[in-house]
Amino acid sequence: MSNSKTPLLDMYRTMLTIRRFEERCNYLFMQGRIPSTLHLYIGQEAVATGVCAHLRPDDYLLSTHRPHGHAIAKGVAPRAIMAELFAKSTGCCKAKGGSMHVGDVNVGMFPAIAIVGANIPIAAGVGLAARRLGTDRVAVCFFGDGAANEGAFHEGLNMAAIWDLPVVYVCENNLYAASTPFPLAFKIENVADRAAAYGMPGVVVDGNDVEAVYQVAGEAIDRARQGEGPTLIECKTYRLCGHSRSDPRTYRSQEEETAWAAKDPIPRLAERLKEKGLATDETLTAIEQEVTALIDEAVAFAEESPPPEPTDALKHVF
Amino acid sequence: MAKMSIAEALRQAIREEMARDPRVFCLGEDIGIKGGFGGAFTVTLGLSDEFGHERILDTPISEIGIAGVAIGAAMAGLRPIADVQYGDFLFCMMDQLANQAAKMTYMSGGTVKVPMVMRAPVGATGRGAQHAQSLEAFFTHIPGLKVLAPSTAYDAKGLLKSAVRDDNPVLIFEHKLLYGSKGPRSERGALSPIGEVPDEEYLVPIGKGVIRREGTDVTIVGKLLTVYRALAAAEELAQDGIETEVIDPRTLVPLDKELILESVRKTGRLVIVEEDNLTGGWAADIAAIVAEEAFFWLDAPIKRVSAPDTPAPFAPVMEQFYVPGEERVVEAVKSLF
Ligand SMILES: Cc1ncc(C[n+]2csc(CCOP(=O)(O)OP(=O)(O)O)c2C)c(N)n1
Ligand SMILES: [Mg+2]
Repeated sequence: MSNSKTPLLDMYRTMLTIRRFEERCNYLFMQGRIPSTLHLYIGQEAVATGVCAHLRPDDYLLSTHRPHGHAIAKGVAPRAIMAELFAKSTGCCKAKGGSMHVGDVNVGMFPAIAIVGANIPIAAGVGLAARRLGTDRVAVCFFGDGAANEGAFHEGLNMAAIWDLPVVYVCENNLYAASTPFPLAFKIENVADRAAAYGMPGVVVDGNDVEAVYQVAGEAIDRARQGEGPTLIECKTYRLCGHSRSDPRTYRSQEEETAWAAKDPIPRLAERLKEKGLATDETLTAIEQEVTALIDEAVAFAEESPPPEPTDALKHVF
Repeated sequence: MAKMSIAEALRQAIREEMARDPRVFCLGEDIGIKGGFGGAFTVTLGLSDEFGHERILDTPISEIGIAGVAIGAAMAGLRPIADVQYGDFLFCMMDQLANQAAKMTYMSGGTVKVPMVMRAPVGATGRGAQHAQSLEAFFTHIPGLKVLAPSTAYDAKGLLKSAVRDDNPVLIFEHKLLYGSKGPRSERGALSPIGEVPDEEYLVPIGKGVIRREGTDVTIVGKLLTVYRALAAAEELAQDGIETEVIDPRTLVPLDKELILESVRKTGRLVIVEEDNLTGGWAADIAAIVAEEAFFWLDAPIKRVSAPDTPAPFAPVMEQFYVPGEERVVEAVKSLF
């Protein structure tokens, strides 16, 4: 994959869309206009973006309790996600799912799964179907560092490996599972080291560098598409926000947060774009305005949409 | 007497039992991290400062492991109090609970004991289908497990202490809207009842229910949050001259059957209200017991008020429809007269 073909500017737009979407969600949540709870993706945008940039609409994505970024990167309409968060009938899951279950099968994203690790064996099954049905579709499965300690991780990766399934496992190691720091839950340094135990390649990459993620994901997705089996990619990253709703983040230090804020993937990419002559400050400002308009529209759509009927609760069981 | 929330009462129970018996320890996700949450609903907040991380043991996100380690530790001489962040995750550890914990004593001909406690928050609170279930009934169906459902601070403390001292696996279901968790972990729309808890030590016996309100015309049996819905309905019904008796069994297994039967023999009418889905539920079981054993005292059909047979929906308007509220209880009672 040569750098010249890397769609850096598009990826910048996607990352910024995710960031501004999440910031707006947070604001609306604090105002009480969005109910429930939120797990924001702020700081991890380069992961979803760098991976999904390779995916076709008919490729599959399986996500987690922190799914908004994955959804936007996979092409779920921001307005449909926003409407879901507002619990409106026009939401991508008709207000049945909520924040932790957003998705849209029309663009290849199954409803996100909030049971940590449960999506890992499911992704293997999706990969199995893709192959058995004679397609060259690939299933990408995102999960956190915490999920790698579920039994489902072991069973899912092993089955994907023994059957050479077209699955790419992307572990977003943001160094915490809720309040639990990585070293408290792992005796090893890299989640990707576990890949060897299943006989699949394991790759560690800087998850705050979208070019690096794009490069590594491209190789893994090509491998999967060509029938060469799964890969485990570990993206080292950091959530620059709380775990959920009003998490005061008192289990980690100011210094650590500051150090990671300096590695924020978005300003980093902005610098790269300018260095490479792919964008000027004006281009970036224009993108910013475009993104703001998109999100304003999404919020307006969500606010104007009707709520579901209470009895809609009875629909869609089967 | 001190006034406290259920979360505080549970914390006190854990503290007292850990101080009393060095074999007692806690394990679970995010329960003891410095600067952390003290579990999903603050029950273990501060306890790792008092007892250290050996005894307030933070685990990876590994529910099978949590249950398995608790079971093994219990079999070999410790007294674990394990927890899950949301009751829904009990399904992740179902083999350990249903096939291992519940059957070990029986399979060993009574020679092996599994004195463990598993705590689990239940109830729909706007988080969607996988963080909402009231799954007590799944466990009442498994012989070998004791199942508790405290709805007041007094009972929460007394029952948890009894559970720790019990030689069998005990599951404690706690309702998210009753905890009274504070700060960032507080819940919107929570009832958070504050209750009186004696300063001196006490236990609440496993297997004994209580009458929360006396009445002569109809018996309502509720559990956890629905006890409060039943009490509110009783107030309203009193305005129409209907005197309601409200029973809180507190323990689902073993069940204080006599308390319910006695009440029905007095009132002649029974409504059971729970937040679980209707089919195959706990309410069905109570109805069957009363139909079998107090049929001739009944003046009207038995009514069940529960959630419909659907997963919990996300949207608040749908969730309010899903969760049985006071009005539905009132309606059900009125339909019997
Ligand atoms: C089976 C299960 N156990 C526990 C939880 C509660 N929970 C939700 S998110 C989370 C932390 C997940 O950490 P990680 O996998 O690293 O993802 P991150 O939140 O960091 O994105 C926990 C413990 C859950 N949803 N499912
Ligand atoms: Mg994490």
